[in-house]
Amino acid sequence: MLVGHQPKEFLLAVSGLTVSFDGFKAVNDLSFYVEENEIRVIIGPNGAGKTTVLDLICGKTRATSGSIQFRGQELTRLRENEIVQAGVGRKFQTPSVFEDLTVFENLEISFPRGRTVFGSLTFQRDDAVKQRVEEVAEMIFLKDRLNTYADQLSHGQKQWLEIGMLLIQDPDLLMLDEPVAGMSVSERAKTAELLNRIIKDRSVLVIEHDMKFVEDIAHKVTVLHQGQILSEGTMEHVKNDPKVIEVYLGH
Amino acid sequence: MINSRFFNRSELLGFLALAVLLLLILPLSLDIFRLNLVAKYLTYAFVGIGLVLCWGYGGILSLGQGVFFGLGGYCMAMYLKLEASSVANTKIQSTPGIPDFMDWNQLTSLPFFWKPFHSFPVTLLAILLVPAFFALIIGAAMFKRRVGGVYFAIITQAIAAILTILIVGQQGYTGGINGITDLRTLHGWDIRTDHAKFILYFVEVVLLFGCIVAAQFIRLTKLGRILVAMREQEDRVRFSGYSVANFKIFAFCAAAVFAAIGGAMFTLEVGFMSPSFVGIVPSIEMVIYTAVGGRMSIFGAVWGALLVNFAKTSLSESFPQLWLFGLGALFIAVVLAFPNGLSGIWADHIQPRIDRLLSSRKSKSATGMIADGAPAE
Repeated sequence: MLVGHQPKEFLLAVSGLTVSFDGFKAVNDLSFYVEENEIRVIIGPNGAGKTTVLDLICGKTRATSGSIQFRGQELTRLRENEIVQAGVGRKFQTPSVFEDLTVFENLEISFPRGRTVFGSLTFQRDDAVKQRVEEVAEMIFLKDRLNTYADQLSHGQKQWLEIGMLLIQDPDLLMLDEPVAGMSVSERAKTAELLNRIIKDRSVLVIEHDMKFVEDIAHKVTVLHQGQILSEGTMEHVKNDPKVIEVYLGH
Repeated sequence: MINSRFFNRSELLGFLALAVLLLLILPLSLDIFRLNLVAKYLTYAFVGIGLVLCWGYGGILSLGQGVFFGLGGYCMAMYLKLEASSVANTKIQSTPGIPDFMDWNQLTSLPFFWKPFHSFPVTLLAILLVPAFFALIIGAAMFKRRVGGVYFAIITQAIAAILTILIVGQQGYTGGINGITDLRTLHGWDIRTDHAKFILYFVEVVLLFGCIVAAQFIRLTKLGRILVAMREQEDRVRFSGYSVANFKIFAFCAAAVFAAIGGAMFTLEVGFMSPSFVGIVPSIEMVIYTAVGGRMSIFGAVWGALLVNFAKTSLSESFPQLWLFGLGALFIAVVLAFPNGLSGIWADHIQPRIDRLLSSRKSKSATGMIADGAPAE
């Protein structure tokens, strides 16, 4: 392949992606492209296959067919940890943090160094690690909770902690699954502020139901319905698409 | 700062208490027969330390640690048996120079896998590497395929059963159901004398402390924290860029090596090795010792091995039929009431009281005021 002939350099190129669970096609011949520094929001009714798309990209679910190219690397052939190392970070819908470890230790585990067995045996908690952990802890409003065990945190704080763990990974593509779900109003506002800060300098793929939040951050919106793309474009375009109004926004 | 010291205050006290007990009190107060029994109990403490890392921290329950205990023990026994089977000692056999049970089973030459055990350094290496390699194969086969939890536990049981059947069935190569017996010398040093048993006891205690320090080292590295993280949120570890399977394999191999050291010491202390220390029942007993002592505590595992075995000896001397029921009841009680075992009881109930007592005394002497025994809760 000649580089000069390539039409455009996409960070993430999903093409013809299909996954079927016992014959049911949760995602059906899906193609979409995410550019560098783009913030893409995926919306759609329940069961549209939104979370499955993220699962497919991060390797949690294996695709039946199709391809996912990230910086020219085929992700469908890589293991989960290799996909992370390639630069894709994933936040889950329910906060998944390590409750028996402190906030500091949670963040430290995500620090991208010493990820092999022997690397982690010889890992040193040096100043670079401490500084980065403290920096991120400040961003996620947990600076004075560093020595708190994560099971003592509130639901919202756990969500922040997990976002912080992704921040330390410093991924090129950040995938967030309903980051403000289940949060109180004030937590929601703080999270929006936090997300607005961390989405700089990277591409972000977000699933969210909160339309105000979507409008605030999205560069481009993809509407999924029954595993396929119903509409794609700016929020303005999508909002006025009669198909979208019928199946999703109209309700 | 957290974790800045190798042992925190209560761990240091635990270490010192154990050292005083094992190096001073027991050797001074027990006769050599009882001291040798303690040495036998302590061989299970090695297994327990491995289980703390693998099960307590990593969440990988292995019900087949007897396999690794046995492999370590058999490696040692093979060396000792070859030394005891010199041509001079076995000249009445039809083939002198091979172990007696081989001669009884019409073997006429030493099988190839016995030959390396003529060498003492090779034997020492084999004690560590054979179980580690075996654990590596099992671990890679299971964990890379994401077999875990109860399925893994059942498979380890099956392996323990298979190995027992194999050893019993291949009598000419392994000594069969009787095991490898009539062991005499270690590198020319008679291990059957009281003096040798006394020395071996101390060798074992020193090795045990070495293993405690090694396990504590692993626990305090980032790897130790990843084991805890893995037990709770396997996916989050995976999506933090770690290969969960490799970490599980490491924990399982480490536990296998600790168990093997215990097994090798068992052979030396007790003077024989047999399949009855390999199978399902001993493997489950080893898990019970660890559960009773506390699966989250390295010291707890040592205490569990000591106390349960001590109870086993004293109770089975007086009530031989009741002992197994007692052991079962103990396990159920621990799982239901004290999931963190004795060390959990200590940390939750006894330690706070001691701390309160100490701090109230300290504040009394410091300020001369009458301090309240218990602060408001």
